[in-house]
Amino acid sequence: MDDDDDVILLDLWVSVFGQRVRIALAEKGVHYENREENPQNKTPLLLEMNPVHKKIPVLIHQGKPVCESNIIVQYIDEAWHQSPSLLPSDPYLRAQARLWADFVDKKVYEAGKKIWRTEGGEQVAKKEELIEVLKVLEGQLGEKPYLVGGSFGLADIALIPFSVWFHAFGKMNIERECPKLAAWVNRCMEREAVSKSLPHPHKIYEFDQKKKKNGQ
Amino acid sequence: MADEVKLHGVTGSPFVCRAVIALNLKGINYEFVAEDFSNKSADLLKYNPVYKKVPVLLHNGNPILESLVIVEYIDEVWKGVPILPQDAYEKAQARFWAKFMDDKCDPAIFKVISSHGEEQAVAEAHEALQFLENELKVKGNKYFGGDNINLVDIAAISIAYWIGAAEEALGIEVLSKHKFPKLTEWSDNYVNCQAVKDSLPPIENLVAFLKKRFSKAE
Repeated sequence: MDDDDDVILLDLWVSVFGQRVRIALAEKGVHYENREENPQNKTPLLLEMNPVHKKIPVLIHQGKPVCESNIIVQYIDEAWHQSPSLLPSDPYLRAQARLWADFVDKKVYEAGKKIWRTEGGEQVAKKEELIEVLKVLEGQLGEKPYLVGGSFGLADIALIPFSVWFHAFGKMNIERECPKLAAWVNRCMEREAVSKSLPHPHKIYEFDQKKKKNGQ
Repeated sequence: MADEVKLHGVTGSPFVCRAVIALNLKGINYEFVAEDFSNKSADLLKYNPVYKKVPVLLHNGNPILESLVIVEYIDEVWKGVPILPQDAYEKAQARFWAKFMDDKCDPAIFKVISSHGEEQAVAEAHEALQFLENELKVKGNKYFGGDNINLVDIAAISIAYWIGAAEEALGIEVLSKHKFPKLTEWSDNYVNCQAVKDSLPPIENLVAFLKKRFSKAE
């Protein structure tokens, strides 16, 4: 299927999950219409296309919705065959890619959430928890350029949007605790599809400050 | 060289059962390595240091973790009965519902069982189950996979078998035929598929296991 027409992404600029999909579409060079959703005022289209979760991102391809960011990334890889491949061809490595993308959801997102929601001494403890999670990923990365196999793919796409948040919150000292992961972040950011899909850390920091000010 | 396939698991786990169904569906010879939660084997901790959980599939010494990842791996490596659809869009839908089972249904079912059918837990489980009931109603098929079982049916084994066992073990009601006619009908068909029948622990064993694990007296 090489039809670029009729691709819509229901998205939210600040969402790491939406950013994953943006990266995948950009890697494949797929033209699409990006529609920004407002979580406080969801469009009828979003509610129709994702009635189960009512959340972004939703990729609508030729009128049919695909939901859940890691599932959307795999769909993009399977629906558009041009390179680069976003998953390895070897089944064992594909299983690793899926496992680590899922690990990011289960561990990085959960640990990260705790940091954004705490302050002071409690936040320090939560940052340490996140560092422990990142150390596991550091171990998985090892001497490889990317998380699974030799190529940028699903697992990297799942994790890289979080790096902007780490940067925004500073004082995480990723370079010292996880130097290989820090180098991996720079390597990923050199990819045009990644750098043009992610917001600047400053915008994330501003967004978070505004939320805290509004008591959210 | 013959493939060496081992599955580390416990018979009381629906997640392990997913892997067993997939292996049986493909007719794969494998060795089941029974684990004990209170005394995990050195192998389990070596192959799954991140989560320390079952199931773990070992294929020629290579570990594959997480039940849905294992099922997809089995489908990609061994031909024969297909578990995932070929079409990219249908595949994405199957993955969506399988993930829904993992993220919403199974935790809700677990809460119902561990709380012995507490009202709020049952209400949340019903909310999750209703989405699946509607999916069956809308598609009008025998299984989530159509005429044959697929990834979603495999993922949903806890609905078809574990809920019934828990209802008997703990004297609660979760999946009434009146409220969930499609899921009830699907369950009856599903547990009678040969590959599934061969994969299920005997009901009396599962009832005893759940009684022991979730008994309020402990």
